[in-house]
Amino acid sequence: MTDVTRLTLAEARDALAARKLSAVELTQAHLDAMAKARGLNAYVVETPDQALAMAAASDARIASGAAGPLEGLPLGVKDLYATKGVHTQACSHILDGFKPDYESTVTSHLWRDGAVMLGKLNMDEFAMGSSNETSYYGPVASPWLPAGRDAASAREALAGDKKGLLTPGGSSGGSASAVAAHLCLGATASDTGGSIRQPAAFTGTVGIKPTYGRCSRWGMVAFASSLDQAGPIARTVRDCAIMLRSMAGHDAKDATCIDAPVPDYEASIGASIKGKKIGVPREYRIEGMPAEIEKLWADGVAYLKAAGAEIVDISLPHTRTALPAYYIVAPAEASSNLARYDGVRYGLRVPGKDISSMYENTRRAGFGPEVRRRIMIGAYVLSAGYYDAYYVRAQKIRTLIRQDFEKVYAQGVDAILTPATPSAAFGIGEKGSADPVEMYLNDVFTVTVNMAGLPGIAVPAGLSGDGLPLGLQLIGRPFDEETLFSMASVIEDSAGRMALPQPWW
Amino acid sequence: MNAPANPSKLIKGATGDWEIVVGMEIHAQVSSHSKLFSGASTDFGGDPNSHVSLVDAAMPGMLPVINEECVKQAVRTGIGLKAQINHRSTFDRKNYFYPDLPQGYQISQFKSPIVGEGVVIVDVTPTEQITVGIERLHLEQDAGKSLHDQSPTDSFVDLNRSGVALMEIVSKPDIRSAEEARAYVTKLRTILRYLGTCDGNMEQGSLRADVNVSVRRPGEGLGTRCEIKNVNSIRFIGQAVDVEARRQIAILEDGGSIDQETRLFDPARGETRSMRSKEEAHDYRYFPDPDLLPLEFDEAFVEELARGLPELPDEKKARFMRDYGIASYDAGVLVAERASADFYEAVATGRDAKMAANWVINELFGRLNKEGFDIAASPVSAAQLGAIVDLISEGVISGKIAKDLFEIVWTEGGDPRALVETRGMKQVTDTGAIEAAVDAIIAANPDKVAQAQAKPTMLGWFVGQVMKQTGGKANPQSVNDVLKSKLGI
Amino acid sequence: MSVDQATVRRIAHLARIAVSPEEVPHLQQELNAILSFVEELSAVDVEGVEPMTSVVPMKMVWRKDAVTDHAGADVVVANAPVSEDNFFVVPKVVE
Repeated sequence: MTDVTRLTLAEARDALAARKLSAVELTQAHLDAMAKARGLNAYVVETPDQALAMAAASDARIASGAAGPLEGLPLGVKDLYATKGVHTQACSHILDGFKPDYESTVTSHLWRDGAVMLGKLNMDEFAMGSSNETSYYGPVASPWLPAGRDAASAREALAGDKKGLLTPGGSSGGSASAVAAHLCLGATASDTGGSIRQPAAFTGTVGIKPTYGRCSRWGMVAFASSLDQAGPIARTVRDCAIMLRSMAGHDAKDATCIDAPVPDYEASIGASIKGKKIGVPREYRIEGMPAEIEKLWADGVAYLKAAGAEIVDISLPHTRTALPAYYIVAPAEASSNLARYDGVRYGLRVPGKDISSMYENTRRAGFGPEVRRRIMIGAYVLSAGYYDAYYVRAQKIRTLIRQDFEKVYAQGVDAILTPATPSAAFGIGEKGSADPVEMYLNDVFTVTVNMAGLPGIAVPAGLSGDGLPLGLQLIGRPFDEETLFSMASVIEDSAGRMALPQPWW
Repeated sequence: MNAPANPSKLIKGATGDWEIVVGMEIHAQVSSHSKLFSGASTDFGGDPNSHVSLVDAAMPGMLPVINEECVKQAVRTGIGLKAQINHRSTFDRKNYFYPDLPQGYQISQFKSPIVGEGVVIVDVTPTEQITVGIERLHLEQDAGKSLHDQSPTDSFVDLNRSGVALMEIVSKPDIRSAEEARAYVTKLRTILRYLGTCDGNMEQGSLRADVNVSVRRPGEGLGTRCEIKNVNSIRFIGQAVDVEARRQIAILEDGGSIDQETRLFDPARGETRSMRSKEEAHDYRYFPDPDLLPLEFDEAFVEELARGLPELPDEKKARFMRDYGIASYDAGVLVAERASADFYEAVATGRDAKMAANWVINELFGRLNKEGFDIAASPVSAAQLGAIVDLISEGVISGKIAKDLFEIVWTEGGDPRALVETRGMKQVTDTGAIEAAVDAIIAANPDKVAQAQAKPTMLGWFVGQVMKQTGGKANPQSVNDVLKSKLGI
Repeated sequence: MSVDQATVRRIAHLARIAVSPEEVPHLQQELNAILSFVEELSAVDVEGVEPMTSVVPMKMVWRKDAVTDHAGADVVVANAPVSEDNFFVVPKVVE
């Protein structure tokens, strides 16, 4: 067989089921690809022994007819997920050496269904970032090359500081890069303000952030509890649907996780969207939007219309407020969630003359600058005298944002179509060094969805003038991921499957 | 709040009278098998970190899930405090760094507690009853424990208590003396134990008090208060109020002012001292815990819990006063513990209830206290004490003999009725025998007879002589009757 | 609203993050950039709006009162930087 890493997850599943391929062969092919791609820095830890053992067990189950829905399929896991006995650090120095004695609910669902773990994927530290540059383990390079960049000089950059290469976005940059570079069939990711959808859009992959409460957060290192949600990144809409079905589901250990059956999302692929009403929100047409993004959006509208959907102009008046409100709510929750990293029970400890200086030294050394900044902003907006003006106001604005969506859904809108990002991928080291807000603006289209707890999917829909992938976002009703899969597969089919880069690394 | 000061409660200072104002925050450990937000055991003791779940140790990615029994216990307690039950309440995070606080925050109910305003009716003395207002009751997590005396340079942290459910019960500043403070906590403890929502075990820390003390001139507004943290016995609560009030009065009378601060009571030295580590101004950055949704239930849930509650001390006391005709204070003493009340009812049923109360309170409780026994360990059972009361009522033995009989039953056990027979303790009611004794005494003391006839109060002397001659077993009423008729008075 | 350098140091201490004197001006600038970014929220009319308490309208699930979880003291302290006899050990805390 030719390079089996080029298979989609669904194709690999079918090949395994038809015994055209063994799980061990498939896994070994991925391990080999990973070994050749270390320069991308997508994986922070590879677990080849575990992967091959899991694959062998999968082959045995396939042979005995006891295969699960993900049997033998090699996946990457974002370092945010606790994996028993395996490095789990959310790519932070402060969790140095931490190996949990427990497995996150989401990953345990994957293993229950037969999937194989290849390793842990790079990410922005504690998922705070939009370029994967805040990782303690260094930036991840996208497999996409900037226009005009030749492979030889790119390989040189890969071995150095990676300047001049593209970021895969973030915070799930390792997940997106690994999927786009065929270093796994799919990956777990997580999304607090756009951390699944923005990297998916930047790398020509598909990513879905399900409705808040669809997947358990138990065992995921918390960033902002009311916004965090697990989801997959994969190469096709169908692959995402297959993965989400396994990842989702009730968990009695998470009080915010819904107790409702998980639909067979794959069945939604190819379902008719005839007569479905799709809203196009005028507030997303932001000032200075590049013409290529405008065109992409118009193409998306045309694809959906051609498939029989009805397109309506809608208004989501509080869109503008979502990003600033997010930069109050998310840091506030993070400042509290990250208080447990104190050098007492696990991870890094830097001694001090007393307990207080031990805390201060540990947290100064253990957290990177972006995480420290957000913790401080969060502490400030919750502090006495500022709480009402910042935090309470932001939570009221969140109510207004959700009401905007509720109104259009009440008018019969089934889903909303927007661009996924305001631009194509940018270069490593290009943004945010002078002004942190410059980086934050990447999430302008995605963050509203987290603020309202809604599902959102990013699907590749075309290329920029520089030949880089661009994605569209579909936003759905709460717990109606099925409609998103149907519509995203229409866009995928109409735009043509994204041709991902051939290995140059 | 500015009710006229009760003159009997005032403290005399060098420059005039002072009134003490006390409010209390009681931390009562909820009786439950597992912790408020985790499935770890709440058992007291245990090896270090052996009753700790991953949630309690604040491992990355761990989430709280509320224990329904803790919610029920808080509601039951709210009902017992005749308080407003809030059908919707929320959990907030109180953020601060401390080694025995693994999350870096305590989950508590800051903004909207599960229970609102209520009252506790407190008998302070046989003649004085006060009402202490309850401001609120909320659920929160306990912290772990730091041991500071194991090493000169290190502290040792044990998280066994981390996450155990507490009810913080906040009183209004309605308490005016150390005695009232003690009586309030005693009564609150009684209510919690009746409800079964807290075992009230102060030695194990199941009930701790933060005592807020201030002083003022009668009629003035509230003074600056100091909070005395973590006082863990009812006696110490009283002492802490007294010494803190005197400390504040001394400062104020010297022309000084009180700093609002947190203090510790040192029972060994009988003083309070400032907690320096807590002096740093705290900014707890409370905000709703995003891992938890609002805590909601309906009235039917509350009613169902109310139906399952036992008779509470105030109701039981009212019933005892009504049905048994006993005094308010006595009834209060009897209902202080459910076991005592049950014991009394077993003795009183079908008998002279007042006499039963007298025997239970004075003889039995007196003796139990003296010996340091709990009612459950009483050597005299309710049936035995009831038999003694029966023997008195039937006139078989006198009250004096009954005390001897009680002593025998206490030390040796046995059936009181049989003991009276075998030990010849029966009262002499045979008028013939009494008449013979009276006749003999009259014959031997003609002078006393004359005196008695002139002054009938002399009768007592004759009664004493008859009792002496009959070994105390003569029925006093019969002796009286016979004497009166023979002496013609 | 913006923060001065004293506030930067106060917040850093509140969050238990050591900052060197040289870092303060830079941090102040960054924090103020974020604060000026969120400033536009003060113009939004939020009169009568309830703050969001739960993203998804659902009833909180309650747990039965059962002892279901005991990690074991060795597991609890397994990742600890310093431990002794299954206690976590920290620099002495003065009360």
